Amino acid sequence: MQLDSKIPEGDLADKWTKYKSKVKLVSPANKRRIEVIVIGSGLAGASAAASMAEMGYKVKCFCFQDSPRRAHSIAAQGGINAAKNYQNDGDSVFRLFYDTIKGGDFRSREANVHRLAEVSASIIDQCVAQGVPFAREYGGLLANRSFGGVQVSRTFYASGQTGQQLLLGAYSALSRQIAKGQVEMFNRHEMLDVVMIDGKARGIISRELITGKIDRHFGHAVVLASGGYGNVFFLSTNAMGSNVTAAWKAHKRGALMANPCFTQIHPTCIPVAGEHQSKLTLMSESLRNDGRVWVPKKKEDCNKDPRQIKEEDRDYYLERIYPAFGNLVPRDVASRAAKYMVDEGRGVGKTGVAVYLDFSDAIKRLGKHVIEERYSNLFEMYQRITDENPYEQPMRIYPAVHYTMGGLWVDYELSTNIPGLYAIGEANFSDHGANRLGASALMQGLADGYFVLPYTIGNYLSNDIRVDAIPTSHPAFDKAEQAVKERINKLMSIQGDLSVDHFHKKLGKIMWDKCGMSRHGDGLRQAQKEIAELREEFWSNVFVPGSDSEFNPELEKAGRVADFLELGELMVLDALTREESCGGHFREEYRTPEGEADRRDDLFTFVSAWKHTAVGQEAELVKEELEFNNVELKVRSYK
Amino acid sequence: MKVKVKVWRQKNASDKGGFKEYEVLTDPDSSFLEMIDVLNQDLLNKKEDPVAFDHDCREGICGACSMYINGQPHGPSKGTTTCQLHMRSFKDGDSITIEPWRAAAFPVIKDLVVDRTAFDRIIQAGGYISVNTGVTVDANAVPIEKEKADEAFKAAACIGCGACVAACKNASAMLFVSAKVSHLALLPQGAPEADIRAAKMLGQMDKEGFGSCTNTQACEAMCPKEISITHIARLNRQFFKSGFTASDQS
Repeated sequence: MQLDSKIPEGDLADKWTKYKSKVKLVSPANKRRIEVIVIGSGLAGASAAASMAEMGYKVKCFCFQDSPRRAHSIAAQGGINAAKNYQNDGDSVFRLFYDTIKGGDFRSREANVHRLAEVSASIIDQCVAQGVPFAREYGGLLANRSFGGVQVSRTFYASGQTGQQLLLGAYSALSRQIAKGQVEMFNRHEMLDVVMIDGKARGIISRELITGKIDRHFGHAVVLASGGYGNVFFLSTNAMGSNVTAAWKAHKRGALMANPCFTQIHPTCIPVAGEHQSKLTLMSESLRNDGRVWVPKKKEDCNKDPRQIKEEDRDYYLERIYPAFGNLVPRDVASRAAKYMVDEGRGVGKTGVAVYLDFSDAIKRLGKHVIEERYSNLFEMYQRITDENPYEQPMRIYPAVHYTMGGLWVDYELSTNIPGLYAIGEANFSDHGANRLGASALMQGLADGYFVLPYTIGNYLSNDIRVDAIPTSHPAFDKAEQAVKERINKLMSIQGDLSVDHFHKKLGKIMWDKCGMSRHGDGLRQAQKEIAELREEFWSNVFVPGSDSEFNPELEKAGRVADFLELGELMVLDALTREESCGGHFREEYRTPEGEADRRDDLFTFVSAWKHTAVGQEAELVKEELEFNNVELKVRSYK
Repeated sequence: MKVKVKVWRQKNASDKGGFKEYEVLTDPDSSFLEMIDVLNQDLLNKKEDPVAFDHDCREGICGACSMYINGQPHGPSKGTTTCQLHMRSFKDGDSITIEPWRAAAFPVIKDLVVDRTAFDRIIQAGGYISVNTGVTVDANAVPIEKEKADEAFKAAACIGCGACVAACKNASAMLFVSAKVSHLALLPQGAPEADIRAAKMLGQMDKEGFGSCTNTQACEAMCPKEISITHIARLNRQFFKSGFTASDQS
């Protein structure tokens, strides 16, 4: 199988402009006849659905939440990057492009990333026009702050609730189109299969979550904006409902899954408190600007009150190992270092699985009021969850799964290898390589939805103007619906002894221990075996109560965990075959003599795209070689 | 710690429903929803139907959680959603009553889950600025006073959970509606449609069966995002100024 990334010819900076000027258009009269299905209503899904509806397409948008406004983009805190250069600090499209490529450890596609940087400025214009209340200076102009891994201030923000404000902007645009009848919205619906006709994606099978009714929907094209799959780890900063199901169904229908093992583990999260922990809460990266990370030098000090531990008995390990960047090393580096401290037995707190993030020096230097001004909402959140006051004692933090860079393989047009099936936002793999920079997820979601997909999808749909809506009585719909129903029946009929969560937690532990912050060939091979066994046990001993024709959250979860049990195995296979360390993927066997990541450009400068074969059978690897013509591949060093 | 919970159980919209009592072994560091997770695991172990409840982000921002705890929307902690409430706010042996939002416009779907799509329809009636993608000026072309921008942000912080409706004896949605009207009216981009927006959203609010506002201020007291009732005053001014009546506009 050959992959065509469809990157336009010409200079990097001209590709998108040229593409747009040549892309085929669909006339207004024809747009009215064309139906597009969008799965998900987060930043990518809501912005795409609204924009395409404004252009005149008939859009159907689906979300599993009770309202499109609750998609998990809402929880993003820090901000959104854009190459506006409002601070006159030398920012430019090229710099944003370069920072993103370098931050991704040179495992993403130049042309896509450059386009992302190009459209970034328009996103801010769009959001302001919609009424997004970004932070402003006293002069009335927009404020910026800086984020990890860059030397300019290009991050726009709305307090610690940037994701919420951007999503509500996209949601309002979507609501306007719903009111106009251009978008038909399906809340509390879950997509359970893609319907393929003559090799093209032509619709979906969905389940109404309240009644359990299975429905068929036709679309000339299907857009997946269904988010990331961090919940394969059970504990993550993702919302409880975030899942891989839509993307995974597409994968099983032939769409390739790219770099699935590239997971971002965020260094500053509130640690696990006990066995009933259901999810983890992020503490914004901005805290590392003023907080110092440390653990005790001696193991016997780990249970002491941190305030009683003398300065000379503390190990500020990031400052010690990485004097040049200190506490502001990138996310992957900071996370791994915390893990090593805990592995050495120097972790702190009741569980011993945490490190300190200490603000006492900053409070002494700047005064408590300055720290309050900068971080009060985060400090309050920390105190609410832990019952500890971070003004008086150091925070306890530990890394947690936060974002997945991997996802469905897409070309320059954001199309998967299945004609008519698109993937945008976190659901695709394209822009962040092996590590995503802070404040870039919001940028990518909105870039894809507002400014990229609405153009590129026209190139496909322009060939479809003579295709009438296919009736959902078509045999392909029969077949897909049948398969969906069979799977549900199977889940309902097992009536075993163990809950869905039991299996999800077990899978999460395998993934976290063996395919988490650092990975080793031996552990990965063991994980393959364990996941296969767990999957078998799941299908023979899971318990789903109630019936399939009612509101049944356990049944929803069961279907999602069943998919995670297949995805987990693919992630492990991907991690096993990528015999190098890059970004969030750290193979213990591949490190430099100083213990840092050993990226092996001569062997692994490619995208691993996986083709599904059969459950329990190894997927087939298809490589897309990455070419770098505009940047030099460098070793990231933070010492 | 052990608590006794009295939970509203209702199989579906047409079921009459009633309270059921359970004992749950939990710990002070657990969140309130994790306590319900434990209860549900116990029920599943006994092959019984777990308690259905809306929840998603569990960090106080998605607005999914929607339950009264001992008669208070989102429970006893001020400015806190249910998912951010922890069991340390209760004592060992406490009895806790848990119910779904009670409002004609929020019918119960199952147990603690209610239908809040009325809020979506109110936004669809006019809770937006009419601008298409790409048809914009530079973001810094129109400076906005910091004070106004900050005030707009505070109104925009509404998470659409419905606690204001649940707290109100009239089940009025005025705080929800006014937060959106205020957010957009405070910004120059939202000003041209400010009057008609207020009229349309209020019209939809009436149509959905929400009650009217009698200034009890319970909504502000119970709002997990502490949205101020000054927005209601602003909405009223906007509406009278508009010269529309709510029934004119739908």
